[in-house]
Amino acid sequence: MSGRDAVISRIRRSLGVAEDEATRRLTVARRLETAPVAPQPAQAQSSPAERFDLFREKAEAVSATVTRVASPGEVPTEIADYLRGQNLAPRIRRGADPRLGAMPWKSVPTLEVWAGPSDGNDPVGLSHALGAAAETGTLFVTSGADNPTTLNFLPETHIVVVAAEDIEASYEATWQRLRTTHGKGTMPRTVNLISGPSRSGDIEQTILLGAHGPKRLHIIVVG
Amino acid sequence: MDITSPSFKENATRAIGDKSLQKALGNVERGFIYKRAKAVAAVPAFETLRDAARDIKNHTLAHLDLYLEAYADKVAATGGHVHFAETAADARDIVLDICRRVEAKTVTKGKSMITEEIALNDHLEKNGITTVETDLGEYIIQLRGEHPSHIIAPAVHLNKEQIEADFRRVHDKLPPERNLDEPVALLGEARAVLRERFLAADVGITGANFLVAETGTSIIVTNEGNGDLTQILPRVHIVVASIEKVVPTLEDASAILRVLARSATGQEMSVYTTLSTGAKRSGDPDGPDEYHVVLLDNGRSAMLGTPFEDMLRCIRCGACMNHCPVYQVVGGHAYGWVYPGPMGSVLTPTLIGVDKAGHLPNASTFCGRCESVCPMRIPLPKMMRHWRENAFARHLTPPSERSGLGVWKFLARRPALYALATGIAVRAMALLKPKGGRFRTLPFASGWTRHRDLPAPEGRTFQAMWKDRKAGK
Repeated sequence: MSGRDAVISRIRRSLGVAEDEATRRLTVARRLETAPVAPQPAQAQSSPAERFDLFREKAEAVSATVTRVASPGEVPTEIADYLRGQNLAPRIRRGADPRLGAMPWKSVPTLEVWAGPSDGNDPVGLSHALGAAAETGTLFVTSGADNPTTLNFLPETHIVVVAAEDIEASYEATWQRLRTTHGKGTMPRTVNLISGPSRSGDIEQTILLGAHGPKRLHIIVVG
Repeated sequence: MDITSPSFKENATRAIGDKSLQKALGNVERGFIYKRAKAVAAVPAFETLRDAARDIKNHTLAHLDLYLEAYADKVAATGGHVHFAETAADARDIVLDICRRVEAKTVTKGKSMITEEIALNDHLEKNGITTVETDLGEYIIQLRGEHPSHIIAPAVHLNKEQIEADFRRVHDKLPPERNLDEPVALLGEARAVLRERFLAADVGITGANFLVAETGTSIIVTNEGNGDLTQILPRVHIVVASIEKVVPTLEDASAILRVLARSATGQEMSVYTTLSTGAKRSGDPDGPDEYHVVLLDNGRSAMLGTPFEDMLRCIRCGACMNHCPVYQVVGGHAYGWVYPGPMGSVLTPTLIGVDKAGHLPNASTFCGRCESVCPMRIPLPKMMRHWRENAFARHLTPPSERSGLGVWKFLARRPALYALATGIAVRAMALLKPKGGRFRTLPFASGWTRHRDLPAPEGRTFQAMWKDRKAGK
């Protein structure tokens, strides 16, 4: 008997599952198909008008910085300004996301822009989020050639662009967005839910920013 | 690891006398209790969220065979490999086999209690594979040759001076005159040292907070980002998880996430919640070439359908130990194995036997705070009582305790005799009342009075007073 058969049959014995189990199978299949939503707290039910403000409040509460620009064309200048303000070198690495690719990088000649995954030597990573959940200021970043996962973790500074219209009220609403882009039950290799820059409380339970991941998280909301 | 649960009493006595430990444990209130209370107060619907989380796990456990099969099939369909392990030894061998096949020299690890449970590090090290713990707390205790004293804050028993001494001892290539006075300097040093280990590792091993049947996804929750560097940089990612981690859908995982971080650290959401599905896809510029999930049973399937089934709802937030008056003074190591505090007092006897862990369910005042803060509403005191009864039925309790209970049982079944005996006893004690009104020692109860005084009775029993009161006297 394989390990799988042994474990599954022991579970069935403990549960006292009878031979006829059509109802159980139907219950499970239906739940996997319909993915019902459990009761949500009020902060997961913001209206579209409240959403950006709530997202910003929650993201700032976990030490991210948030700025909003009117159009994608303004992103390169915003990035250059941010890096100058933080006293960081104007050098970034980004993924191949077409929305990032279409931005007018040449309009800021001082900004050096590289594409591709990080090997650990990049001070600043730039990603484009699939969306965000306002309820806790959480970004949803999916892996792929467009957004290499190493950019989310290796650079000391992580800048993430998200479209204002992609900020949803809740986690569940963002999963629906993912199902629309990738298909029900289909996932990219990695989905990173990111709420603020990395931190640790392991030394005397005092929270310090910049553990193994980025020390700074800057979010640019477009639109 | 060596099991020292049978000497819990000696461990606890030593811990209470350990000044440095007592100082470190003083951080628990500021670090956890206060923050949780604030986070919970900010969500008026928190009790409803707890109910929802409990209901999801109960539904899943009642259909665990089917959700596990759905999960395993989905992992296979997305190019991952699932390995079922009936025992800890099976799980260790499965992981070692994978490491050997890919000729791994170094393994990085994200924080995982399940790999503590199966003593994975020892097994890999014995077979010539270097394991590097990457969570800051886990890294610190690995340097010290210790085990976690808390399930989410493994180094909560240490003060920064101890950590500084360890860093100076182990990072001996760094300038000895460097300043490590502040925690931020210690963090910076660990970050730099571990960054090289991350980039050099052949295999990355993480645990899982959830396994999602709908998508074949494993989820980890971290604040440092170490779990992510552990799984995206090496060629192979191995997830070790126990079978009760499965939930049906992404929606179900989300509902439980809402109570997890708030109960654990008082955060609304941990910094990184990472969903991993299969190996890297064609065209992906980074990510692992292989993705394995080792699903561990190790006695859990036998808990289903028993009074201990509720324990399988546990999401390892640590709130029960943070709020436990016993844990707060003895710390985690006194419990003598992997899982400390109230959840450990219930789980440890299941996993290593009540003969070895019989003291743990007694390490409780039954104050009930653990159950009142448990996000999954696990009736921990009730289950500790089950273990006490179980230990008694198996004649594991000491003879003095058994004969005492025997005397009490004899009297309790004879109400008239009980009233007579207790009446005589309280009258006698009232007569013998010492100065100050408190007994410092009592015959046959020296174990009890060694640590506390008994207030002298006023001369009448509760039952006698109650009778009078009912009669309107």
